[in-house]
Amino acid sequence: MSHDDHAHGQGHDPAHDHEHGDESHPHNRPLSEVELRVKALESLLTEKGLVDPVALDELIDTYERKVGPQNGARVVARAWLDPEFKRRLLSDATGVLADMGLIGRQGEDMVVLENTPKVHNLVVCTLCSCYPWPVLGLPPVWYKSAPYRSRAVIDSRGVLREFGVDLPDDVEVRVWDSTAELRYLVLPERPPETEGLSEDELAALVTRDAMIGTAKVNTLARRDRSR
Amino acid sequence: MNGVHDMGGMHGFGPVVPERNEPVFHAEWERRAFALTLAIGAWGRWNLDMSRFAREQMPPADYLGSGYYEKWLFGLEKLLVEHGFVTREEIERRVADLRAERRAQTQPEPAREAE
Repeated sequence: MSHDDHAHGQGHDPAHDHEHGDESHPHNRPLSEVELRVKALESLLTEKGLVDPVALDELIDTYERKVGPQNGARVVARAWLDPEFKRRLLSDATGVLADMGLIGRQGEDMVVLENTPKVHNLVVCTLCSCYPWPVLGLPPVWYKSAPYRSRAVIDSRGVLREFGVDLPDDVEVRVWDSTAELRYLVLPERPPETEGLSEDELAALVTRDAMIGTAKVNTLARRDRSR
Repeated sequence: MNGVHDMGGMHGFGPVVPERNEPVFHAEWERRAFALTLAIGAWGRWNLDMSRFAREQMPPADYLGSGYYEKWLFGLEKLLVEHGFVTREEIERRVADLRAERRAQTQPEPAREAE
C-alpha cells in the first residue's frame, strides 16, 4: 500500500481494499456508524496536531506487511538447526529475540515454550488478545474470539481437534494464558524428513498456528501462509 | 474484575472457526482504528492495562456483540475524552458533520434504489 491512496480529511474512502467487495464502490453507500466514528476521530486528532496521518499509514504498513509470522518462523528454524541458540532461546527468550531485533511493542517480555513428543503447549489470552506481536504480527480473529478464549483453558484437546490436531492421551497439554506483560511463542517439533533443509526452507514450513500451538509442523503443510 | 471479558472457562460460545487466508485487517476503518490507537498511545498518557480496562468498560451485551476493533474504538474514545484530548461533544458533532457530508455525496444515485 502506498501512502497516497488514503484521502485524509477529504470525506471519502480509499478504494484500495481489493479483498472486500463492500469497499469497492466507496461513494455509493452511506458509511456505517463505526466508519464514521473512526473518520471523525482521525480528522479531529489530525486537526489538533495529535496524530500525523502519514505516521498512521506507516504503522498500518508495518503491521500489515513487515511484522508477521515469518519473523517467528525464522526463530524456530534457527532453533531447530542450532542447539546452542535453542538452549539460549529457551532460557532467555527476551534477550535472544532482542538480539535479533524481534522485541518491541506487545512483545517486551517473551517466553519460548518447547513442544516435545510428550508435551504440547497451547497459548491463549482469556482476558483479551495478548499475543507476541514482534514475532507473530497481529492475532487472527479466532484467537480473539469468545470460543477460543473460553474453551482453550477447559477443553484444550477439543479445541485442538477443531484445528485438526488429535493428541494421544499420553501427551500432556500445557495451556499458557498470556498477559499484558508476558507473551509466549511455541517452539514446535521439527518434522521428520527435514534433514538437510536450509534455515530458509525450514522457516517456510513453520506456520503461525504451529507457533500458537494449534497446529503441528509437517512437511506437507505447504502451505496456507495465513495460518 | 469478574466481567464478561474474563472468558476463560465460560460455556456456550460454540466451536472455534478459523478463517482461511485471513487478511490482517478486514476493512479500512479497522486499519485506521488500529493505527490511531497506537499513535495516540505513543503520547504516553495511558498504558496497555488502562487501554484494556477502557475496552472492558463496554456494556457486557455490547462487548459480546462487538467485533475486536469496535471494542478498540470504544476504549479509544473513552480514553481520549477522559484525558482531555477531545470532548464527547466534539466527537458527536464531527460524526454528524461527516454523516451529512456523506449523505450529500451519495444522494444523486436513484438507480441504486432498486437494489
